[in-house]
Amino acid sequence: MAPYSRSLRTSISGKCFTLSGGVKVSQEGYSLKSYVLSRILQAIPLIFVVIVLNFVLIHTAPGDPIVFIAGEFGDPEYYDMMRAHYGLDRPIHERLVMYIGNVLKGDLGRSYFFRQPVIQVIAERIPATLLLMGTAALLASVLGIVVGVVSSSKPYSIRDNLITAGSLMGYSLPVFWLAQMLLIVLALWLGIFPAQGITSLRIDLTGIEYVLDVLHHLVLPASSLAIYHLALIARLTRANMLEVLQEDYITTAFSKGLSERRIVYRHALKNALLPVVTVIGMELGFMIAGAVLTETVYSWPGLGRLMYDSIYTRDYPVLMGLFIVISISVIIANLATDIVYGLLDPRIRHR
Amino acid sequence: MLLSDRTRSSDDLELLAERGLRERPHRIVQFWNRYKKNRAAVVGLIIVCFFILVSVFAPRIVSNAPFSLVANRFIPPSDEYPMGTDDLGRDVFSGVVYGSRVSLLVGFMAAATSTFIGTLIGAFSGYHGGRIDSMLMRITEVFQVVPRFFMALILVALFGASVWNVIFVIGILSWPVTARLVRAEYLSLKEREFIEAATALGMGHLRIVFSEILPNALPPIIVNSSLQVGSGILVEAGLSFLGLGDPSMISWGYMLNNAQRFLRQAWWMASFPGMAIFLTVLGLNLVGDGLNDALNPKLKER
Repeated sequence: MAPYSRSLRTSISGKCFTLSGGVKVSQEGYSLKSYVLSRILQAIPLIFVVIVLNFVLIHTAPGDPIVFIAGEFGDPEYYDMMRAHYGLDRPIHERLVMYIGNVLKGDLGRSYFFRQPVIQVIAERIPATLLLMGTAALLASVLGIVVGVVSSSKPYSIRDNLITAGSLMGYSLPVFWLAQMLLIVLALWLGIFPAQGITSLRIDLTGIEYVLDVLHHLVLPASSLAIYHLALIARLTRANMLEVLQEDYITTAFSKGLSERRIVYRHALKNALLPVVTVIGMELGFMIAGAVLTETVYSWPGLGRLMYDSIYTRDYPVLMGLFIVISISVIIANLATDIVYGLLDPRIRHR
Repeated sequence: MLLSDRTRSSDDLELLAERGLRERPHRIVQFWNRYKKNRAAVVGLIIVCFFILVSVFAPRIVSNAPFSLVANRFIPPSDEYPMGTDDLGRDVFSGVVYGSRVSLLVGFMAAATSTFIGTLIGAFSGYHGGRIDSMLMRITEVFQVVPRFFMALILVALFGASVWNVIFVIGILSWPVTARLVRAEYLSLKEREFIEAATALGMGHLRIVFSEILPNALPPIIVNSSLQVGSGILVEAGLSFLGLGDPSMISWGYMLNNAQRFLRQAWWMASFPGMAIFLTVLGLNLVGDGLNDALNPKLKER
């Protein structure tokens, strides 16, 4: 029953990840070093799988593969040149090797729309997305943990029930709709926050004023993106706290006469947070999806907005490039989560 | 003599059965009694049933077709157009009513697809064990690591956004969770004594897998698939919002995409379709929670 209840708890919103997948025990790994090494060795084939998958998609999708690498609307000479450059005139297995080599070198094709290499187009947009996601992740984890602990301190009280109901709603909200509603009410009607973009366009700001301006623009998108994850983390923290508070060592701590505050924060929270850490890390892939939708609503100049625009301009090379970049970041984030988990919980390494 | 004996014994049997029924209600009744203890879950069920009815009876609820231009543009909610009209003078209420069809169709069909695939693979993997199991789990891991939403987005962008493509893609990308869940159940169930007994009785593997183990593994499968309906609806709405929905059918995501350009002029264009998504998904999540409690009474007691 254990794996069932556990994976359900983390899968409560439908999109899931099994903890056992993330914290898989390496058979020979007793030391931290070999644990980390074994995790890295497991991540590398995944990256190759993603690249190969992309290659397969390019060649099985309806239409000329060159369109997916060099963009639409090019003239025949441009395509001939690009075909030669990307080896599309060679046999398929050579193409695959060449494609993997290109991707590893950072050559993800060329956007005909931007008239730039795809990797450059994507790289320019990464900081804005990182800012948005980092803020949202921070908000969601800090507030989520606090709310979860508060909620678990008096289970089934009115306060706890309200929080539970709130978090249930929180993860049923479509993030882009929440973003639109916040935008309409707080930006358009009340005018408290700016509605679009990352900075005010008309005024030239420098130094601290510039930072404040960006933060001002950041509030709405980051909150929209954070709500879902806040709800999830709160719920998870609550469930874990309730479970941990029933453990024997907590009873022992109580019987030793330690204060409740000390027990909750020092003893229980520490252990209840372990799975939460994993979830925060594994949520990343899902959070990028949310970021794409949020950025679309707020015209936030990050990867999401780029993705939306490239769907509309049918800029396939950028779309495929984004897929590779995002997939690889998710794999790396999962790897980092595993390693952090291994650091925090020695049992994972020794079991 | 013999005849009366027989009638008598069958009478007794009936009596026994009746008594048994009175003492122990039918399993479904028992289940419902446990389910309805969770009031939120009952509310969720009502919401879900409501939207199912709306989608079935859509043409009777609204007279305007969702894509037809019926009035002036940007009419605020009024008696005639309870949810207003959009930038082309289409009835938003009609769109919300008809939009339930795509959402529910995609949600339920995608969940069914992924449950089917996930159960097959998970059952095979868990029951068989060994090399095949670890190979299948590797494949599952790959599917789990690739960000689902983007994979769906790429596939739909490349292969076309028909509603069946969307269903297929979401279904194909959601099975790993089910597979892991089912595998775990099979791993533990296949060691139980009743399976040993079934093997001793000479049952074949297929029969053991499907008629002996599967019924016992059903609770987590049911809970999981109910949650997957909601997440499928969210993914579909997200795709449509990015312009990757089926253009021939109105959907809530498409309406929100359309509303995005007119947030300043027409708040109602965004508010109502989004509210519909929110309520549907909330209802499904509540039902999922309720099923979880009702199907696992032991879990709740802890």
